[in-house]
Amino acid sequence: MSDMAPILSVDAACCHFDVSSPWLARKLSGAPRRILRAVEDVSFTIRRGTTFSIVGESGCGKSTLARMVVGLQKPTDGSVRFGDIRHPDGRVAPPRVQMIFQDPYASLNPRWRVGDIIAEPVRELGLRSSERDVLQRVGDLLEIVGLSRADITRYPHAFSGGQRQRISIARALATEADFLVCDEPTSALDVSVQAQILNLMVRLQAEFGLTYLFISHNLSVVRHMSDHLAIMYLGRIVEQGPAEDVFRQPQHPYTRLLLDTIPDVEQPNRARRPMSGEVPSPISPPSGCAFHPRCSVAESRCTETRPEPRLKGDVQVACHLA
Amino acid sequence: MTGAAALLSVRDLRVVFDGRHGPMIALDGVSFDIAPGEILGVVGESGAGKSLTGTSVIGLLDPPGRIAGGSISLAARRIDNLPAEEMRRLRGREIGAIFQDPLTSLHPLLKVGDQIVETILTHLTVSRAEARARALQLLKDVGIPAADMRIDHYPHQFSGGMRQRVVIALALCAEPRLIIADEPTTALDVSIQAQITTLLKRLCRDHGTAIMLVTHDMGVIAETADRVAVMYAGRIVEIGPVDQVTRRPSHPYTAGLMASIPSVHRRNATLHQIDGAMPRLGAMPSGCPFHPRCGRVLPLCKTVRPELGAGEHASACHAPLPEPSHV
Ligand SMILES: Nc1ncnc2c1ncn2[C@@H]1O[C@H](COP(=O)(O)OP(=O)(O)OP(=O)(O)O)[C@@H](O)[C@H]1O
Ligand SMILES: Nc1ncnc2c1ncn2[C@@H]1O[C@H](COP(=O)(O)OP(=O)(O)OP(=O)(O)O)[C@@H](O)[C@H]1O
Ligand code: SF4
Ligand SMILES: [Mg+2]
Ligand SMILES: [Mg+2]
Repeated sequence: MSDMAPILSVDAACCHFDVSSPWLARKLSGAPRRILRAVEDVSFTIRRGTTFSIVGESGCGKSTLARMVVGLQKPTDGSVRFGDIRHPDGRVAPPRVQMIFQDPYASLNPRWRVGDIIAEPVRELGLRSSERDVLQRVGDLLEIVGLSRADITRYPHAFSGGQRQRISIARALATEADFLVCDEPTSALDVSVQAQILNLMVRLQAEFGLTYLFISHNLSVVRHMSDHLAIMYLGRIVEQGPAEDVFRQPQHPYTRLLLDTIPDVEQPNRARRPMSGEVPSPISPPSGCAFHPRCSVAESRCTETRPEPRLKGDVQVACHLA
Repeated sequence: MTGAAALLSVRDLRVVFDGRHGPMIALDGVSFDIAPGEILGVVGESGAGKSLTGTSVIGLLDPPGRIAGGSISLAARRIDNLPAEEMRRLRGREIGAIFQDPLTSLHPLLKVGDQIVETILTHLTVSRAEARARALQLLKDVGIPAADMRIDHYPHQFSGGMRQRVVIALALCAEPRLIIADEPTTALDVSIQAQITTLLKRLCRDHGTAIMLVTHDMGVIAETADRVAVMYAGRIVEIGPVDQVTRRPSHPYTAGLMASIPSVHRRNATLHQIDGAMPRLGAMPSGCPFHPRCGRVLPLCKTVRPELGAGEHASACHAPLPEPSHV
């Protein structure tokens, strides 16, 4: 078990959903089965103590991939495996994995008090021996995320969107997990609270060797957090590698387009144009390279054969022209 | 911006929550106007009262919250004291709302297309076929791929960002004069985000729609809003034209907020943060609510509450940051 062994290996993972009409309706109308390929042939590894980020358009399969990693969704094909790590008590076992969900509204039980929501994993996993220590820990966690000990007795509905997001972060931290899957963890936070949370995450990583799988639409946040970066398009990874390399010299045309579209307060571009072309559907993806209908440099082979990922330096790119 | 020209005019709005230990003040003297065709951006600390301001305007404040003072007018007509039935008619028709929580606006057991069609039929006099055509066009406008098939899917079959776009389509479908958009683009990638903000700007320009745009994304504010209001602890602490507020903030909180934005051009080891947390509703400090966290604090700040001054670019601070000198 060297430190170089990956803590997570995702190998050719796929996730397909059947979105056909009900059987009878399909038989009557003669409509074909429809399969939605949310994640298609995705492979990557993550090393312990690093942050691996996934970016890509809405609907490209990020949350589905995250759900497969935490075991909420079974891969249709391929595998998701965790490596063993040495735990503080000396055991050698897979890491404890926890997810911070994209939607802070749906993921908090409205009938539970905030204190119980955060205390549940602490009690469940036996992380503190006495009830007094549990409450102490819950209070500490609330303060860590910028809320107050006095909030223990309140219900989720009495909190704002960003406050609820902080409650779900506190709950995830309560599990003392080694591996955190963070799906848009700061999307509901203003930039100053966001800075506090991100600084906290970086500190915890340095201190405890936490590993993060990080999903965000905010590319400034991604640049700040990531060691490695994967760009997804329509269920597939089109480019992945060291984050700085990708940001400094994006190679896939989609990555370049994505980086060009960032709204920027330093240089606001009020005439910013959305990406042209119809967003393709994962139910009937385009032939060849799925990005070709929107690509400005596409050639005829792009419409015919799918580019396989190739290594260029440390960066893997799936483009005929890269 | 005078009160007469404004489409939406909020004056001295006060919202309280009646708790066991008496009323807690959640909004304290909030005033602003939005003109037809104007986009007012609203930013501020999480929990500052941005969503509450929006829900007060559309008359959906839930008990134990209640409006305890001030007024809200739409086209010079008071709407904060309308009977519930009349307010319901106004909502959707005159005021469209995009909520921060997409699940509250979508019925989980109804196909998304049917939800939009029903809303259109409630507010406009068109045939069912016309309503469906319109719903389909809207879904395309907000960037739903394969919209003609997706129109018959259920909300759980959509990704987080696609659900958010359906909610936007739902808010726009009856062509309201005022749109309250609470974090409409946070669940969206930069490209769809650009598509939505372009759509909102087009509505403003072509139809004179007024928009209150709540968002944490300063980049979106810088590119879309005409003016911006900064909220902290239930008050507006700074308001003014967007380039002035973002480039030359006057209130120390706004300055701290602007400094906390991670840059996409470089990577910093740690992000600038404003230490400490916003005060809780029940424990508001005296004087300026920001004083326990402020680097410019004066003795006066601890006792006397600073008022939001008049003028185009105003801030509520006893020691505002100086205008940059021209040397
Ligand atoms: N339970 C489901 N049934 C059918 N389709 C689904 C289901 N869950 C997800 N999908 C589809 O899978 C695709 C990927 O969804 P996913 O939630 O992973 O996207 P995402 O990248 O997380 O997007 P976002 O940024 O909007 O959250 C979408 O087209 C979505 O409609
Ligand atoms: N039912 C309630 N009872 C008590 N306090 C409440 C209730 N609902 C909201 N609050 C409080 O009102 C304040 C303002 O909430 P609001 O949702 O307007 O914040 P916000 O500015 O939209 O924040 P965010 O950016 O996190 O969404 C918060 O401090 C919240 O805790
Ligand atoms: S009034 Fe005083 S405490 Fe408040 S922001 Fe201004 S300088 Fe800081
Ligand atoms: Mg998602
Ligand atoms: Mg809010």
